[in-house]
Amino acid sequence: MDRSQFLLWVSLALFSIGLLGLIVRRNLLVMLMCMELMLNGVNLSLVTFAQRGGSVEGAVLVFLIFIVAASEIAIAIPIVLLLVRDRLTLDAGAYTDLKG
Amino acid sequence: MIENLLLIAFATAAVTGGVLMIVLRQPMRVALALIATMISLGGIYGLLGVHVIAVFQIMIYVGAVMVFMVYAIMLLDVRDPSFTERYSRLLWPGVAACTVLAGVLMGAVWQGGIALPNGLGESFGVQPFSAAFLNDYWLYFELTSVLLVVAVLAAVAVVQLRSVRRG
Repeated sequence: MDRSQFLLWVSLALFSIGLLGLIVRRNLLVMLMCMELMLNGVNLSLVTFAQRGGSVEGAVLVFLIFIVAASEIAIAIPIVLLLVRDRLTLDAGAYTDLKG
Repeated sequence: MIENLLLIAFATAAVTGGVLMIVLRQPMRVALALIATMISLGGIYGLLGVHVIAVFQIMIYVGAVMVFMVYAIMLLDVRDPSFTERYSRLLWPGVAACTVLAGVLMGAVWQGGIALPNGLGESFGVQPFSAAFLNDYWLYFELTSVLLVVAVLAAVAVVQLRSVRRG
């Protein structure tokens, strides 16, 4: 099997596992971590394409994704802290009244 | 030869860490599984020769994002139903949907539906990356600093909101 194809499969597996965790887990922090896993899967596919094509653009995009992930966590964690201080639970099922 | 073996070992460790994230109950163990996955991905990037991304993976993801996450887990030591029951009622629809998604995408890769670029697969280090960043993508580089400042301001604003609601 081609090495790039194998790495694409790994990235797809990581993305699918992250999406599955985001859907099925109840804990808010675990859901955030599953989102990070999805971003990691996307990063692996971008690096695979960039390395295979010998272009730097994919690596630049991965760096930008790193920054976006750091910003996302920097905002998401205080929001989770705020929610937990309010309801004293990390269970996503307790926040169903936030539905629009 | 040994490079391929290492690649398979790192890939197996990464996917195993991902599966453990779904299975494990405690958020701290989930965080450790995610850290193991990220370090394995860093190893894959190093094996591919993209060393600059491997360094960023360890420094930014493991060194900053996951340390922040571990702090949050330690801060929010809340015992609630999400500790005893791991999964929501969307478990089986979620499993079915993700299986279908993974099957479709992996089938597309297998049949060559996702075209891989034809290149030599050469590695590149810090120098071409930095040159491309500061010559062609300098605007995006500056925009990331703006994004980080806005994120810090937003985090402070959320904390202020909490203290205002308390007061």
